[in-house]
This record gives sequence, C-alpha cells and structure tokens, in this order.
Amino acid sequence: MSAILLKPEAFQQASPTATAVPTPRAEIIALPPKRATESQLVKRLNSMFVTVVPPLVVLALMLLAWELACAGPKAALPAPSRIWAEAHDLVTQPFFVNGPQDIGLGWRVLTSLQRVAIGFGIAALVGVLLGAFVGQSVWAMRGLDPIFQVLRTVPPLAWLPLSLAAFRDSAPSAIFVIFITSVWPIIINTAVGIRNIPQDYRNVSAVLRLSHFEFFWRIMIPSAAPYIFTGLRIGIGLSWLAIVAAEMLTGGVGIGFFIWDAWNSSRLSDIVVALAYIGTVGFILDRLVAFVGELATRGTATA
Amino acid sequence: MIARLDPHDHTTHANLRPGQAFLRIDHVDKAFTRGSTTSVVLKDVNLSIARGEYVSIIGHSGCGKSTLLNLIAGLTPVTSGAVLLEDKEVNAPGPERAVVFQNHSLLPWLTVYDNVRMGVDKVFGRLKSRNERHEWTLANLDLVQMGHAKDKRPAEISGGMKQRVGIARALAMEPKVLLLDEPFGALDALTRAHLQDEVMKIHAKLGNTVIMITHDVDEAVLLSDRIVMMTNGPAARIGEVLDVRLPRPRLRLECVKNAEYLRCREAVMRFLYERHSFVESAA
Repeated sequence: MSAILLKPEAFQQASPTATAVPTPRAEIIALPPKRATESQLVKRLNSMFVTVVPPLVVLALMLLAWELACAGPKAALPAPSRIWAEAHDLVTQPFFVNGPQDIGLGWRVLTSLQRVAIGFGIAALVGVLLGAFVGQSVWAMRGLDPIFQVLRTVPPLAWLPLSLAAFRDSAPSAIFVIFITSVWPIIINTAVGIRNIPQDYRNVSAVLRLSHFEFFWRIMIPSAAPYIFTGLRIGIGLSWLAIVAAEMLTGGVGIGFFIWDAWNSSRLSDIVVALAYIGTVGFILDRLVAFVGELATRGTATA
Repeated sequence: MIARLDPHDHTTHANLRPGQAFLRIDHVDKAFTRGSTTSVVLKDVNLSIARGEYVSIIGHSGCGKSTLLNLIAGLTPVTSGAVLLEDKEVNAPGPERAVVFQNHSLLPWLTVYDNVRMGVDKVFGRLKSRNERHEWTLANLDLVQMGHAKDKRPAEISGGMKQRVGIARALAMEPKVLLLDEPFGALDALTRAHLQDEVMKIHAKLGNTVIMITHDVDEAVLLSDRIVMMTNGPAARIGEVLDVRLPRPRLRLECVKNAEYLRCREAVMRFLYERHSFVESAA
C-alpha cells in the first residue's frame, strides 16, 4: 500500500479524499535529492563562471589595447592579428615534425621539460636530504647555512660557464644549471620545516624509541611536508626560469633555443607564441606541484 | 620536611618496603643551565610508588611537576640522584613508561588507528603476529570507546576524543608505568569528568601503575591513591604526601558527600592556598 502512495499520480488521484498521512510521505521522498543535485550543478557552474570569465575579459582587453598600440605601419612589435597570421601554425599544430630542427613547439617544450624533470628531480632529492641534515644538526646549520645563503643569490646563468667547463657538454650543463638554481629553496625550506617539528612529535618518537631511519620517514618527512612542498614549488618555478636562459646559450631543440633562433632570424611573432607556451607550462608546473603538495600534506596543516 | 611513605597504610602499597618500591625517585635534583645562569627546578625529590598505585602530583604552575614527569619518562636527564624502575635506572625514554601528553600529540597525518598501531608495531613488532597486532590495536581503541572513529584523522575528532586516542596509544604499549601529563587540562569540564570516569574504569580493569600531573584538586582526590603536593619553585620539592583512603570503585556523585573525600580535598586546598604562601616566604 505504501508503494502506491509514493507514486505522484496515485497521490494526485487520491488527494481529494486522502487523509493527512500520505501527503508528507510522498513529498519527503520525492523532492530533496532532486533539489540537492540541481543546486550543486548550478553552484559548480557559477564558481567556474566566476573564476574563468574575469581573466578572459582582461585578456581580451589587453589584446585589444595591444592591437591598437601596434596598429601603425611603423610599429616595432607585431600586433596580435599579425602574430596570428604569421604563426598560427605553431599554435594549432604543436606536434609537427618537418626535420631535425623544424619541429612543433610542443616537442620543444617536452624536450625542455625533460631537462627540467632530471635537474629538478635531482635537486628535490639532494635538497630534501641536505635540508634534513641541516635542519637536524645545529653544527651543520652553523657551518652550511651561511654558505647556502650566499650561493642561492648567484643568478642561474652565472653558473653556466663553470658547468660548461666542468662537463664539456651542453646537455649536462643545462641540467646542472637547473639543479643548482632550484636546490637552494628546497634545502632552506626543508631545513626550516625540520627545525619546526614540534617537540611533542620528538617526544612521541623518543617514547616509542624510533630509530633514526624511522624518525626520518615517519615523523620528519610528514611533519615538514608543507615546508618541503613550499620549497619544491619555488624550486620548480626557478628551474623553469633557468631552463629557458640556459637553452638560449647551450643550443639544442628546447624552447629556450627556439626563442634565440627566432630572434636571430627576426621571427618576432614566433617569439610571442613561444612566450605564451612558456608561461602556460610554467603555470601548469606550479599548479601541479601545489596539487601534489595538497594531496601529500592532507591533515598535516592542522593538528 | 620530606613526607615519606606511610608503612602502615592500608591501600595497595601496604606491604611496601623502601627497597621493594616498583618505581623509586631517589634524591633527584634537576637544574637547567642556560649560558652562565643555572636555575634549580627540583631539589632533593624522593618518592616511592608501588605497583598498581595511582599517584597524582599537584602543584601550582611552574613548580616543576611537568619536569618531574619528564624525568620519570626519561625525556629529560636528572642532574643528580636517580629514577629507578624495578631497581633499574631510567636514563632514556621508552615504551615501558608511556606518556599521555597534555596536548594529545597525535600525529596529524596518521589516522586514529595508525597512531595507535605505530606504537603497537614498535613495541610488539617481534612478539606478535601482524593479525594479533591489528586485533590489539582495535582492542585498545575499543577500551577508550574510539573504535568507531578508527579511520578518522586527528583533525576530524574532538579534543576529548583525541585525548582518548592518546590514552589508547599509551595503554597499547602495555607500559609498566603510565604517565599522564595534565591529560584533561585542555578539556571542558563535562568532557573532563567523563574521561576521568573512563580512566578510573581502565585503572580498575588493568591495574596499571599511574602517575598523573594535575592542577585540579577534585581530579586528584577522585582518581588517586596518593596525592603528592609540590612546593613552589625555584628548587621545588615534595611538600606533603596525602593518602586518599576512599574505597574503589569511586562514584563521583557519592564521593562529593563523603567525609574522607572532603577531608582530602580540604587538605590539598590548605596546602596549595595556605602553606603555599608560607613556602614562598620561606624560600
């Protein structure tokens, strides 16, 4: 009997003579889930609208201003319309291969990313280990910290001649420059994170008699994770800055060399497109590390 | 004057002789040195505790009662004297003297279960099978009635629940001595009363030796077999030791009318608020 009462048609038919009982029953079951899904969808669309539309509007306005500023025949830089006319193939076809030096920007970015992955990967590993050492030992901090603070201010490209001399090859030199640029914020942030491990956690590990290795994996790394990821995020940004500069000088097929090559053959439109690529990839890298960091540090921020 | 154990006492430590003490704090001094200044925190502290006894240490803030607990835990080394557990000197922290910390100190990146399991694995890693350790972890969570929240993270549970998990973690190590460092200090009055009852039940069931730091007179009288009252620092020492001769199990509502309860309560209050000023002027 109750199954019949739940159906809306049955409810309508019965309504003239129905008692007070069936009316609320039918309503309670039918309405709430529908309302919830609808409002959730609207909410999501709304939040997307709020985050996506404003930057698009600003971008359109900037392109318009740029177009107007570079509209004259004597303009030194190409206007957006001219860039699109000359270089739209770079945007629409990122993965073409026409020869060893004539490949799509997508391939070039991937080549650069590969270098960054190697250099940054080594920097992350060395940075966390060295940072843990410096953060844990007062004497290591006293001895090494001032040196780190000086070395971290050396600009990436200043390392390049030395690394070229040491490695006698451009590929490892570029990777070394990425490593040496991105390792400092990782070391320094890790060390700060380790130094800030609450005494309580140290007491817990002391009472449990954790070994050094267990302490490192089970207390130090998770406790310092928010700091470590801050360091990694700064590091990945710096290494993306360094790769472009390094590739300009070392050559090869990376995105940095592409810009240098385009400048030498006066293809200004190509340079603008390459800049857009670099900015987008850098943004994605930053968000990627932030996202991984968020996943990895769930729960650690608040106790 | 240092109060010593009463040999004619009727409670659990009735047949205790000085050499037989389960846990003995023997002429312990503690001084902290920073640069050229040395501050004496504890001076000539003596205390013997029997197996299964529940002892509270009470005193005003800064009297060094937490330092005393850290000495027993082995987290801080003594300056002179010794802490002896079953006639073996304590000189490092270890799971046989498990601590329940004031601010729970659960690891926020681990679930409730994993927080307890970590200690279980460390203590029983070789003695129990994987399955036994799992069961033991669950059993201890059930003991503090936290089995239902085993997959939650500390950030997702209330302060009282966190403290329950902290107690479960300590109990799961099967410590010889359970050290409670103001375990209910950060909780609201209702949750605190609830947890006190819980701890009394667990103590009755397992018969642990417990040392509890507190600054709450009612808590000390209700839970303890003996109350150790500390004088004010610097160079704090044990001012008086009070036996609480209340029969167990103790029920909160019945105790408040009990003459012995009121006597003990008054004795502690008198020590803390009358003799406290006397001690200060003497120091």
